Amino acid sequence: MDRLDRLEAQSVYILREAYAAASPLAALWSIGKDSNVVIWLARKAFFGRVPFPVVQLDTGMELDEVYAYRDQYTKEWDLDLVVIDCPPESEMDPDLPPMTRSAARKSAGLAKLLDGDAYKGIIVGIRRDEEATRAKERVFSPRALSGAWEFRDQPPEFWDQYTTDTPEGAHLRIHPLLHWTEVDIWHYSQRENIPINPLYFAQEGKRYRSLGEKNITAPIDSNAATIDEIITELETTRSPERAGRLMDTEAEDSFERLRTSGYM
Amino acid sequence: MPNDTAIQMNELRAGTTSGDLMRVVIVGHVDHGKSTLVGRMFHDTGQLPDGKLEAIQEMCRRRGMPFEWAFLMDSLKAERDQGVTIDTSQIWFRHNARQYVIIDAPGHREFIRNMVTGASNADAAMLMIDADQGVRRQSRHHSYLLQLLGVREVAVAVNKMDLVDYDEARFRQIETEYKSYLEGIGIQARRVIPISAREGDNVATASDRMSWYDGPSVIETMAEFELPESPVDRPLRLPLQDVYKFDDRRILAGRIESGRLHVGDELVFSPSNRTARIASIESWNTGEPATTASAEQSVGITLDEQIFVERGEVASHVSDAPIETDVFHLRLFWLADTPLEVGKTYGLKIGPRHLNATIERIERVIDVEALSDHEATKVSRDEIAEVVVRTNQLVAIDNHDNLPRTGRVIVYDRHITLAGGIVSMGSYPDQREQITIRSSNLTEVDHGVDNTRRAARNRHQPGVLWFTGLSGAGKSTLAMALEHRLFDEGYQVYVLDGDNVRTGLNANLGFSPEDRAENIRRVGEVAALLSDAGLIVITAFISPYRADRDRAREAGGDSFREIYIKADVATCESRDPKGLYKRARAGEIQEFTGISAPYEEPTDPELIVDTSDKDIESCLDELVAYVKANFAVTAK
Repeated sequence: MDRLDRLEAQSVYILREAYAAASPLAALWSIGKDSNVVIWLARKAFFGRVPFPVVQLDTGMELDEVYAYRDQYTKEWDLDLVVIDCPPESEMDPDLPPMTRSAARKSAGLAKLLDGDAYKGIIVGIRRDEEATRAKERVFSPRALSGAWEFRDQPPEFWDQYTTDTPEGAHLRIHPLLHWTEVDIWHYSQRENIPINPLYFAQEGKRYRSLGEKNITAPIDSNAATIDEIITELETTRSPERAGRLMDTEAEDSFERLRTSGYM
Repeated sequence: MPNDTAIQMNELRAGTTSGDLMRVVIVGHVDHGKSTLVGRMFHDTGQLPDGKLEAIQEMCRRRGMPFEWAFLMDSLKAERDQGVTIDTSQIWFRHNARQYVIIDAPGHREFIRNMVTGASNADAAMLMIDADQGVRRQSRHHSYLLQLLGVREVAVAVNKMDLVDYDEARFRQIETEYKSYLEGIGIQARRVIPISAREGDNVATASDRMSWYDGPSVIETMAEFELPESPVDRPLRLPLQDVYKFDDRRILAGRIESGRLHVGDELVFSPSNRTARIASIESWNTGEPATTASAEQSVGITLDEQIFVERGEVASHVSDAPIETDVFHLRLFWLADTPLEVGKTYGLKIGPRHLNATIERIERVIDVEALSDHEATKVSRDEIAEVVVRTNQLVAIDNHDNLPRTGRVIVYDRHITLAGGIVSMGSYPDQREQITIRSSNLTEVDHGVDNTRRAARNRHQPGVLWFTGLSGAGKSTLAMALEHRLFDEGYQVYVLDGDNVRTGLNANLGFSPEDRAENIRRVGEVAALLSDAGLIVITAFISPYRADRDRAREAGGDSFREIYIKADVATCESRDPKGLYKRARAGEIQEFTGISAPYEEPTDPELIVDTSDKDIESCLDELVAYVKANFAVTAK
């Protein structure tokens, strides 16, 4: 088994545990490169089908190519798509810095999805190497009803034994890509021939390294127009993947605050 | 750039498909410099991302403190504000051809469960010791936990050598003390390295301040670490996660924990003991269907027969199947605030299998400081102990020494993980042989003579009087005397004991745990047959295990009576009619019940005859009265 085989086998194991233990189950699909891999891995785990709904938390602010990708592959992959309209920015905590407030709409959309105990498990395609508080996540992360992350008191998790039981009203965030890196995602997408949103490829010296809402995400300078070129770029760059995600760096703990209050 | 930049370390990875991936956890006592070492490694190998150094400087400046490398890993604001690592973190790192995941584990006593979480994912460990403070509690506790978690590659970094003037004598003192401790728990440290993480001595480059040390640096030592071997050549274990029926295929899904399988192999599923052959290996988007799969792969298989199996069963080859048992030893690390209690029932997870288990007894609590044992009635948080657990159903497991991945369990209560533990059977037998019915073409034949007629002629009901108790409690003496008395009173009665079964019926059995269990199983079956023939059968065997006696009860049916011939170990030892206790104490007999192997007292026997304070005659009278009251046919 090579590196990608091991990553895949571990993720498939996690997805099958989730499907067996957390019902009803749904996966968040931001339609970016990571959650596309999650969908792909689910098809691996369940032999061609995704046996649970995939949910887009829609702010209405995604780039056009994102919506196009969603519509095309919902049909081709026979997905049970659920679109949640995120509450407007005016309803967000006014104490948050402006761009963080905009990002908080997704947490609010997720809360809306979970309202009334609709789901026991939510699959989210975050990775430890993306961001430092995500590096501290568990594979199965129990969340209070509010979605809050009790990062000071996380359960132990070892030997691939996950917390699958939750108190009444709480839910589980399940993170099948936690052990992957950004380059892993590209190598795997290439090996598996997963369709790539053209926004990731450079046009006129710019490409999106990480996709977010158009008002709070910026493309990076790049000439990488193929997966191979992206991989080469990533192997030499010293700037962070989420550098274009402007809400992360508004304050020392702005992303931590987003995450502890329920952001993915 | 905002002047208050959050730290991100996402970019710290590269070349992920070339070379191997080694996961190294940094552990040790709080404040011995774990997070500092990680920061320093990144800096000294030129892998800090752009802006990171400046961001850390800025965070330190705002807090009015000197530069703090630990801020690279301590990503939570609470961690930076309090200067302590709360939860484990991971960071990617590359040096020469090898890629590493560095796992930072908290050293504070309060966060042991987070340390366990981090360390359980590691292939190797770097243990940090403060040269000034020396070996401390968590230095020992963490290394013991590494041993239980199965991390075998270990090196030691003696840090803060700058605080002891780079003194070789101080280093050698710690090296000797700690190495001897590690050897005591079965860990061979690959290297012991004197370093100063703050100053960079022996982190990535050799230190000219410690010319007396000519060994490798931390980075060079990490390059020496070897990845654990994948258990592909071990016996096959495929615990089932689920059975899918999405279309016309019925697919059994799971991850192969060890061994390999091929299409056409005959599998046995434990503990249901059903068998079938592999018809196909199923997958999606892989081109040609595979005909073989091996350890670490998540697979789906279909079978040639539609047998009923479910999540939690373990598939293996027939010839090398897991142990089936409902009782075993567990060496566990207790993580919960509420202590473990004897007699309490907890949840147990063995791979994907969930079931209930009762803590039967605590054998010892291990003091990780002194490596001594003591008896206890409870196990408190952060303690390590050996216990005996009894499950409410048969489970398929392995000895951890033999197959670690299927020889470890989690103890939980509702949604809270309380402990992890590794399994050993000790003297408990594999019960697989006792429950497997091999013949499938059996038809019951009606007897021409029914039990009522036999009882009428014998003038008593048939029965199995199952004597159990320690060696020297008086089982054989009482059995023979009772046989004599009953026979004289006209009963059809017979004694089964070691002498008459071991020489013939069971002559092919030795004294392994499995053979002892089989010995008792056969006695139980023969007793049942003789009782069916109308006799009163008295058996005189220690039969120390509840599971064995329960099986004899099942064979004997309504006529079975469990009679506890009771005397404590001290009394039996003072009698010692065959000199066995003396030999057991001298170590000449291994696994001697009451001395070096457990005796499981009956929980609900029909009769208890206490021989410690009564003479033989009065015990005998008790037994005769019991038989008359229970088996005599009064109505003629």
